[in-house]
Amino acid sequence: MKKNEWPLWEVFVRSKNGLEHRHFGSLHAADAEMAIENARDVYTRRSEGVSIWVVKSSDITASNPEESGELFEPAKDKVYRHPTFYNLPEELKHM
Amino acid sequence: MDIKSLEDRFEAKIAAGESIEPKDWMPEKYRKTHIRQISQHAHSEIVGMLPEGNWITRAPSLRRKVALLAKVQDEAGHGLYLYSAAETLGISRDEMTEQLLSGKAKYSSIFNYPTLTWADIGAIGWLVDGAAIINQVMLTRTSYGPYARAMVRICKEESFHQRQGYEIMLTLCNGTPEQKALAQDALNRWWWPSLMMFGPRDAESPHTEQSMKWKIKRKTNDELRQQFIDITKPQADILGITIPDPDLKWNEERGHYDFGDIDWDEFWQVVNGNGQCNKDRIAAKQKAWDEGAWVRDAAVAHAEKKEQKKQKLSA
Repeated sequence: MKKNEWPLWEVFVRSKNGLEHRHFGSLHAADAEMAIENARDVYTRRSEGVSIWVVKSSDITASNPEESGELFEPAKDKVYRHPTFYNLPEELKHM
Repeated sequence: MDIKSLEDRFEAKIAAGESIEPKDWMPEKYRKTHIRQISQHAHSEIVGMLPEGNWITRAPSLRRKVALLAKVQDEAGHGLYLYSAAETLGISRDEMTEQLLSGKAKYSSIFNYPTLTWADIGAIGWLVDGAAIINQVMLTRTSYGPYARAMVRICKEESFHQRQGYEIMLTLCNGTPEQKALAQDALNRWWWPSLMMFGPRDAESPHTEQSMKWKIKRKTNDELRQQFIDITKPQADILGITIPDPDLKWNEERGHYDFGDIDWDEFWQVVNGNGQCNKDRIAAKQKAWDEGAWVRDAAVAHAEKKEQKKQKLSA
């Protein structure tokens, strides 16, 4: 990174209380404080949020798509984790 | 896995309508095409601020002024969404800026036309943003995830831009004969460049076939252009001004408007740097970049100093 190139930050916004923070996008800023101020201007110009998180993109560890098989396929054959796996009579209510 | 099977898997994913995400394997050409297209799109948003910024201080009322300010600020935001999307493909923000300033990367030629009167601000919102929306709505379904998501956000905001432009045109057209003449003059000058925004005819568009195959584009340049003309003609009729094309006629058989020949020589002249404002636009961006250098440096120095202070306190 060049001396004056600002690091990249990922921006998470809570649209209203009661909802989770959701990933909105990313932006460059010299530090966390500036990242929040810039995020306010870039992602909440139309009252899209009530709270902002920023995290340096370089601090995020992501799973590797090449290893998606090992990671996620074991869940595929475990249909018994879903309610529809169980055979129950039609007349049974509230379950 | 060898390249051939990776490519096959990639093509199958695209064919099945799945999105491609940043860390997924992708052919080098897909990556390069996207870097080119997304960065050009971002540059267009940023350079697009210049012709409109030209009228902020001279807007005819406070209502018009706050709207235009908000619109120009949106364009900056759109540029940033798009730069971020391009960065997920492994190009840095500074590299993109350098490519814009050196002329290696292009931006939409429409912004190389001057904004001579206030009516031009109306015409830009109505026609230029109108044409951009048609292109961008298509791009919300493009195959590269970050690009598609940026487009969804942009489309939500863009509709205000077009409406504010049309309202300006409407006000002028309902005003004095001089005001209406201004609106007509703006339409005369912006109509043909707006049609050129969709790019060369399909037969002469070098990227269209591959872009359609990779679902970067979902419609061809000619299809989008026709859609724009069909939508816009009735809007001009409501304003009571005339589109400057004597060949523009409804074709019952096709269910579309026929239209006259576009001056492609002019299009290529402007693309290749000989438009009225090419030099001014790049000079303005170069000036902003140079004069902002100390701000970028100072912000980094300030952040470093704060960090050192924090570490000293916790030591």
